[in-house]
Amino acid sequence: MKRNKLIWQPDRSKYPEHDSNGKPIVDLKSQKFTKLWQGPNHPGVTGNMSLELTLSGDEVVEAKTHVGYLHRGFEKLMERRTYMQCFPTSIRMCVAEPDSNEYVLSAAVEELSGIEVPETAQWLRMLALEMARLQVLLRVVPGIASTLSLGLGSQWGMYMREHILDRFEELTGGRIYHMYILPGGVRGQLPDGFKKRMLENLDMIDGFIKRIEDLIFSNNVFKKRTVGVGILKPEWVDQFGVVGPPARGAGFKRDVRKDYPYLKYNEIDFDPFMATDSDIYTRAIVRKQDLIMTVDIIRQILDKIPNDKEIRAKTPNVLHLEIPKGEVYARSESSRGEYGMYIVSDGSKYPRRVNLRGPSYTHAVALLEKMLINANISDVHAIMVSLQTCPPEIER
Amino acid sequence: MSEEQNINQNNEPKEDKFLAEENKIRLVTGPDGKQFQVNPLDDYFCDKRPQVVAPKNKIIEKFLNWARAESLWVLGFGTGCGSIEIPPLLSPRFDAFRYGVQMRPTPRQSSVLIISGYLAVKTLKRAIRTYEQMQSPKYVMALGSCTINGGMYYDSYNTINRVDQYLPVDVYVAGCMPRPEALLAGFVKLKERIKAGNAEGANEYAEKFDWYKANQKKIIKNWNMPDYNW
Amino acid sequence: MDKIIKDLTSRFKVTDYIQQRPNMAYVTVQKELAISLITHMRDIEGFTHFVLLTAVDWIEDNLFQLTYILNSPDKKVDLGIRVMIDRENPTMDSAHHLWQQVATYQRELKEMFGIDFPGSPRVDESFILEGWDDIPPYRRDFDTLKYAEETYFPRDGRGSNDPAEYMKKKLYPDEEK
Repeated sequence: MKRNKLIWQPDRSKYPEHDSNGKPIVDLKSQKFTKLWQGPNHPGVTGNMSLELTLSGDEVVEAKTHVGYLHRGFEKLMERRTYMQCFPTSIRMCVAEPDSNEYVLSAAVEELSGIEVPETAQWLRMLALEMARLQVLLRVVPGIASTLSLGLGSQWGMYMREHILDRFEELTGGRIYHMYILPGGVRGQLPDGFKKRMLENLDMIDGFIKRIEDLIFSNNVFKKRTVGVGILKPEWVDQFGVVGPPARGAGFKRDVRKDYPYLKYNEIDFDPFMATDSDIYTRAIVRKQDLIMTVDIIRQILDKIPNDKEIRAKTPNVLHLEIPKGEVYARSESSRGEYGMYIVSDGSKYPRRVNLRGPSYTHAVALLEKMLINANISDVHAIMVSLQTCPPEIER
Repeated sequence: MSEEQNINQNNEPKEDKFLAEENKIRLVTGPDGKQFQVNPLDDYFCDKRPQVVAPKNKIIEKFLNWARAESLWVLGFGTGCGSIEIPPLLSPRFDAFRYGVQMRPTPRQSSVLIISGYLAVKTLKRAIRTYEQMQSPKYVMALGSCTINGGMYYDSYNTINRVDQYLPVDVYVAGCMPRPEALLAGFVKLKERIKAGNAEGANEYAEKFDWYKANQKKIIKNWNMPDYNW
Repeated sequence: MDKIIKDLTSRFKVTDYIQQRPNMAYVTVQKELAISLITHMRDIEGFTHFVLLTAVDWIEDNLFQLTYILNSPDKKVDLGIRVMIDRENPTMDSAHHLWQQVATYQRELKEMFGIDFPGSPRVDESFILEGWDDIPPYRRDFDTLKYAEETYFPRDGRGSNDPAEYMKKKLYPDEEK
């Protein structure tokens, strides 16, 4: 039986009128446009930022991102703190995934001062980074569906995430902020019985992935709301500096773990998932495949992790930790994409300048403003969440 | 309307360089062709001060306080890092619904404002506006050491040090960041305060309105809103 | 990487070449040649991924250092380009026509350091701060502690240990200095 598809294609050739640069002419007094402010209060996972949307009917004609609601001036504060004091400060730059901050800062400090990290510490660092990625993905994968009012998966995901946070508490002592990765190594060994409990949790997460495949990814309503919506064109990837899952969803196989292997990632067998459709659904699929891959990587790490006692390299007295003059850019792959830190040292105890390059910086400002044009007002949140915006790392 | 009730006209009109274009005093031509002056901040908004609501009959008040304490509706406004612990609070493990705690999307429906961490100056302006839009009686819960004394951001140029200088706070939950269990304990503490009749934040705000406004205006340079937002 | 640098040295007069690690290098270039160098790197050498743009305040030398980090996804190498500009009257040519994301970085630099990029879209709008009327906060001569103590209300009795003293007492009690 042939189905009649009801597709409404608005004719955008005549209205709104465009000027010679291709920008729409918006005259708010003509009463054909509405200005809508969205945010900064956020009941979902979009974060504390606001959007200024100009609407024609229910379609977005112009979008502007307003950030700065979480600005604490970290880059200024870190200039006043010694390198060791920078650690508790730096992890608060992105609340959702603090371990990447710890890692890039210690990697930068180690590269400048030439510290060699013991092998066990490298494996433990990798374990912490992958566990952080796992807990973020458990929140975000069902989170995409929960912004489209399918909240059940999100509840399940939160429940699974609690188990990972418990393991974090066992390993590091902290639930959200860990301060586990320090220059020269890590802060603690694997506790007794950690592997067994972690593997049990991973088995549980396997079951959870099967359930959300049924609940979310084969759900017709979810598909109708997301397939073909929020398309990120491949030519925008370089133009807007798109990294991580959105770039992999658009057919660019970019993963820092593969391209610039750090820690022990070249001893681990993994293959980042790549797709080409580049809509919200594809980005959700890419994240779900990342989740499966992360579970697999953690299993491999637990399998291969050596049981040495040495987890800290010999570092100088932290009170007088001075770093040679120079500049360095260290990067890692967070759950959102390439996450890097640029440190300039002038040879004193304090860093001269610290700058964080977070993926949301370009995703949530320049790219989002571009992607929201001609989007329907009800898809705005789904587009935001599918890019996984994290405002604290935009304004720091 | 008597003189003391009118808060906006008491202020001397002074040059405000951050005043937005649409809030400037301007001439408007009416339908009858006459021109008249409009000051948008005075004329388009209600300028009545908040009022102190005295407790009524003791028994009725006790009943009302019990009812208020058992249904705390929280505004979903995460202002800082602490907001990451609020979704777990509503998930099966901690299940804040047991305590009558529920998230609401709009300030008009909610009775508790959670200041979940440091407040940047830009957010403080929104938080004040949100607090004033909430219906009385209303309660404020502040999470984290950064709301108590600045915490690790004590030397930051963009975050405030003490929330109680700008908004009346009922319960502080210490920690960086507080665990969900601590949040639940904070809710229980807030309930005790409400039931004992001590949570009079809205009345305190109305009484010391001028002091709060002076503090708020000292740091929010880009004010651009009426003095009291209904 | 060496071949690229040799080519650049003859064409664009780059100096201060530092090989940070096998796949990362830094060069310094004059202000006038910077944008043409970046364009050359993007179009000819394949450095298509723009990583970051930031500024460093060298207040002793009265200079701002702008750092552009470019990345080549095919060759998997990074190049950091340093440009020194005058601190008194900081202006720099805009690069927003090469990558649209650069406009965001330039807006932030304009607000936080006061470096002007004429022609960049929305560069004069406030990005992070709202109603700021002091000197740009990321400059070295802006004292954030003094500003915070004067503006906000520090709580009386907030004790703070000097971490260095405390750690010395706890961890290294027998150390001099």
